[in-house]
Amino acid sequence: MLSQNIKEMNSEKFAALTKLIEERMDPALLGFGSDQILNFFSSVGSSSKPVTDDKGYPLRWQDKVIEQEIPVGSSVLDLGCGKGELLARLMDMKQVYGQGIELDPKAVLECVGSGVPVFQSDIADGLSGFADNSFDYVVLEETLQTLKEPVRVLRDMLRVGRSAIVSFPNFGFWQVRLDLAIRGRMPQTGWLPYQWHDTPNIHCLSIQDFLTWAREESVTIVEGFVLNDGMTRKMQITDNLYAEEALVIIQKA
Amino acid sequence: MAENETGESAPDSAESVGWTVAKRVKLADRDNPFELISGKKLLDVEVEYEEYGPQDSESVIMVCHALSGDAHAAGWDKNWQEGQRRWREKKPGWWDAVIGPGKALDTRRYRVICTNVLGSCYGTTGPASINPETGKSYGLEFPVVTVQDWVKLQKLFCDYLKIDKLYAVIGGSLGGQQAIEWALAYPDFVEKVVVLAAAPKLSTQGLGFNAVGRYAILNDKNFSKGNYYESNCQPEDGLAAARMLAHITYLSEEGMHEKFGRRLQDAQELQFGFGVEFQVESYLSYQGKQFVQRFDANSYLYITRAMDYYDAAAQWGGGSLEEACKRIKSDVMVASFSTDWLYTPQSCKEFALALSRNNRPVTYVDVPSQFGHDAFLVQVEEVTHLLRHFLEAKRRWRSAP
Repeated sequence: MLSQNIKEMNSEKFAALTKLIEERMDPALLGFGSDQILNFFSSVGSSSKPVTDDKGYPLRWQDKVIEQEIPVGSSVLDLGCGKGELLARLMDMKQVYGQGIELDPKAVLECVGSGVPVFQSDIADGLSGFADNSFDYVVLEETLQTLKEPVRVLRDMLRVGRSAIVSFPNFGFWQVRLDLAIRGRMPQTGWLPYQWHDTPNIHCLSIQDFLTWAREESVTIVEGFVLNDGMTRKMQITDNLYAEEALVIIQKA
Repeated sequence: MAENETGESAPDSAESVGWTVAKRVKLADRDNPFELISGKKLLDVEVEYEEYGPQDSESVIMVCHALSGDAHAAGWDKNWQEGQRRWREKKPGWWDAVIGPGKALDTRRYRVICTNVLGSCYGTTGPASINPETGKSYGLEFPVVTVQDWVKLQKLFCDYLKIDKLYAVIGGSLGGQQAIEWALAYPDFVEKVVVLAAAPKLSTQGLGFNAVGRYAILNDKNFSKGNYYESNCQPEDGLAAARMLAHITYLSEEGMHEKFGRRLQDAQELQFGFGVEFQVESYLSYQGKQFVQRFDANSYLYITRAMDYYDAAAQWGGGSLEEACKRIKSDVMVASFSTDWLYTPQSCKEFALALSRNNRPVTYVDVPSQFGHDAFLVQVEEVTHLLRHFLEAKRRWRSAP
């Protein structure tokens, strides 16, 4: 079955994957059925790199999804809002009431510069400044896995927002597994460019980890989106393997 | 204060409001006394003010001054030779760096007004004014005034100028507390409120500093229970000591270290005496001497007392700041400065937190700074950025949850 897949792949792609895998192979595994590992991962797919704007800043694929999903006139609290680009667009395009929270003082000044109400604060200290159910949406992009107490923040988001939108890198992505399984090294991909010692990611999770947590906490997954091969689409059952990045909209049950 | 000077403009510069003339208006008399929060009444209240920018502008900005400030917020005093204002010859208004054509408070667009607070010594009625009951200076007969009284008087002043809405109220330190009080007392009157380096109440530590300052004044041998106006001897040592202590609270440990270190002023080695030896001693002593030239000891007592008494939560929320902030309808921006230990970032943030808990739009910024409390005057670039953009930003209200 696997070799069938390989035969169906075009030879160029096959060669590229073989090279990728051989380069990454942990020497400890070399004498040891490496063909099968190679066969398996060859069947899975390819990966992408973040698209950047003309200044080299990565474009957030999540922003596009959020801009589509959030209805006109909603209230949105963006945790770690950076320079406030998402909120500024939502405020312009969807007449959203926006409030950002950001820790970095330079980014905070940029928010003020673009007219985005911003609260300089560390979200790790909690959302004590915000009342229950006071926003339609609370957004947390690409930050969950960097938090010391991610679950505390998730619970707080569900307290303050009627819905929460969370995005995170999927550590179940095949290339991440490849790195750990056959390279024997901490994962490095286009979306996870860090070394073990400089990564901000301290609580790594897969899509499956998140879904399991949601079930245990009786949190409803309203909608899921993933980034796969550089394309955004709705989340599917196999995406724990295929998706590089995930975005979920959740609510209290 | 080098940074400050870079933001100031010469009187003939295109960025200066130019030569200014303070005006005075009588807002209370025997027939219409001004009632204070304490229940006492003032039978004669005159307010000194300055204004800049087009008088027909729809956007009026009220700027509130701090402890030792005055109505002369920008430009150059045309009448600097009068009274005790000679020091204004070489210094423009206290916030010249941000008020003027093209500056953060752009006087081509905004009409900017600033009034001197009650109890001060810069033109508005205070302890040095003549008590109509006695024909002599009030001295300590002057009633204790509060931030609430100041803002009430500022509102009366707006009514007098037929201003029916303020686009913004802006203040730093004790001026920031007036801005907070404006938001609470007249929620429908003010569209935007900017609070710089100020909290809804002074800390215990701050109360302590003020107490020591007043102690120095009250125990000066020349204080004479506040009746020193006729005498040749003023309580200068006490006032200078109060200012020197206060000045330390306006700087940061880091900033003082950077500026003076442990360097000696004149001698190459220690003198084993008690004269002024360290640079920091010389600097503080100079600050004290300068201050007594331009400030009244009684006013210092009254204004620090107002600072002590202000407690927005007690006044408007039965002790709960969150409850108090339910009243507020203005867009609010609060900025603290990271090394400010008089109004700490944490204490400034409390006001912003209480607002956001009430679903009020709020911007809170903690500006990285080494200038301590003084940063709101000194850190012109950041303050300009914050003011300019906050004033320009469109209002966006959150629908009720």
